[in-house]
Amino acid sequence: MIELTGLEKRFGDNLVLKGITLSMQEGSVTALIGPSGGGKSTLLRCINLLEIPTAGSLQVGDEKISFRPGTHPPRSEVQKVRRQTGMVFQNFQLFPHRTAIENVMEGLLTVLKWPRERARQRAMELLTKVGMAEKADAWPSTLSGGQQQRVAIARALAPSPRILLCDEPTSALDPELSGEVVEVLGQLAREGTTMVMATHDLRLAARVAEEVIVLDDGQVVEKGASKTIFSEPKRERTKRFIATLTSESASFGGE
Amino acid sequence: MPDWLQLMWSSLGPLLWAALVYTVPLTLLSFVLGLIVGLACAVIRLFGPKPLVLLVRFYVWVIRGTPLLVQLFVIFYGLPSIGVTLDAFTAGLIGFTVNVGAYTSEILRAVLSAVPKGQWEASYSIGMTWSQAMRRTIIPQAARIAVPPLSNSFISLVKDTSLAAAITVPELFQAAQRIVATTYEPLVLYIEAALIYLVISSVLSSLQQRLEVRFGQYGGFLEARA
Repeated sequence: MIELTGLEKRFGDNLVLKGITLSMQEGSVTALIGPSGGGKSTLLRCINLLEIPTAGSLQVGDEKISFRPGTHPPRSEVQKVRRQTGMVFQNFQLFPHRTAIENVMEGLLTVLKWPRERARQRAMELLTKVGMAEKADAWPSTLSGGQQQRVAIARALAPSPRILLCDEPTSALDPELSGEVVEVLGQLAREGTTMVMATHDLRLAARVAEEVIVLDDGQVVEKGASKTIFSEPKRERTKRFIATLTSESASFGGE
Repeated sequence: MPDWLQLMWSSLGPLLWAALVYTVPLTLLSFVLGLIVGLACAVIRLFGPKPLVLLVRFYVWVIRGTPLLVQLFVIFYGLPSIGVTLDAFTAGLIGFTVNVGAYTSEILRAVLSAVPKGQWEASYSIGMTWSQAMRRTIIPQAARIAVPPLSNSFISLVKDTSLAAAITVPELFQAAQRIVATTYEPLVLYIEAALIYLVISSVLSSLQQRLEVRFGQYGGFLEARA
């Protein structure tokens, strides 16, 4: 479903991803955890090509693309891979000049050229799914963070991507608001949506993801089922990292 | 009716006519064309290749650094000596367009880069191309913050078109000058011309307010107090 082979990303002299090889199955939910600066966000952004990897190759669905240092792959190739993916951002990034439902319709209208009525219908179904149907005509600036993120999830799902990428989807939200987002993502996971999420939110990783990948210093240092990784991490460093997450969420009144 | 009022009344027709036939078209045309030039320059400054960027910076440097009146003289009186003869209106139109282009390119560059980078990324993430993102996401948000500074340019332009009188365009100010030449009443006529400019500018200012309200409907910014 998703295959990363020897994926490298370099910013100037800084090698941020050091040859990542991973595969994720259709219908799987994977959490990327690890310390800040470990490469989680960069890895996600390389999967939808907001960042172009420096070397290696990437396959999403049936679209495969390879990278070489100093060359930019053709735009049409980038576009093809990117259209297999949907992205949810840490700070939502809803279009402020469009209402909630217009945000969800935007990709359908502009990219897929759907007729307006059909797009509206699909957008309404998605807003209903994330519990935002009542706010369909609200401007983003009038919504709470959790509500904005739920609309953003609906927007990302609208063009039916094969995989949903979530970059710290709850870290801009307080525990109560992040709860509603975790619930929506959990529901999507149960329905079989393929997801990869970078997160510091233990509740999100433990409750929604089946598989956890620990990324540190641009490398995969540990991976396994989320149940075992959180209870019996193999590496000392992973153990310490998970301990900090647990104490953090305890101090926030989480679990 | 006092004499001065009578004079104002009788000259109102020719002055309004000059405004309608020359001042308004010159302003509107050169503003629209100048905006197109300005947008192209702003996009080049932000996304274009290095040589074009340098060219645009040179253009803005020259135009902003020299007086508009001198630019108009170069175009209308200067160019004929190298074989380029333009009628006065065309010369004025080119001069004002080039001038508006330089100033608005800086405004547009600023407002385009003021839209957060995340908005580009959100657009790309739902599959948009560069030009779709520009048209559907970036320009609409930039337009909102561009209204006040662009209105400044527009209102300045209305008044600057009076400089076209110096290159023989028979616009509002020149019409006033011609009436002064026969009536010897400069105070009355020039005040009357000033009042007409004031009315045109006021109409534009209220238009600005309407645009701000329209673009501002989505909220999330401080609003100006009435």
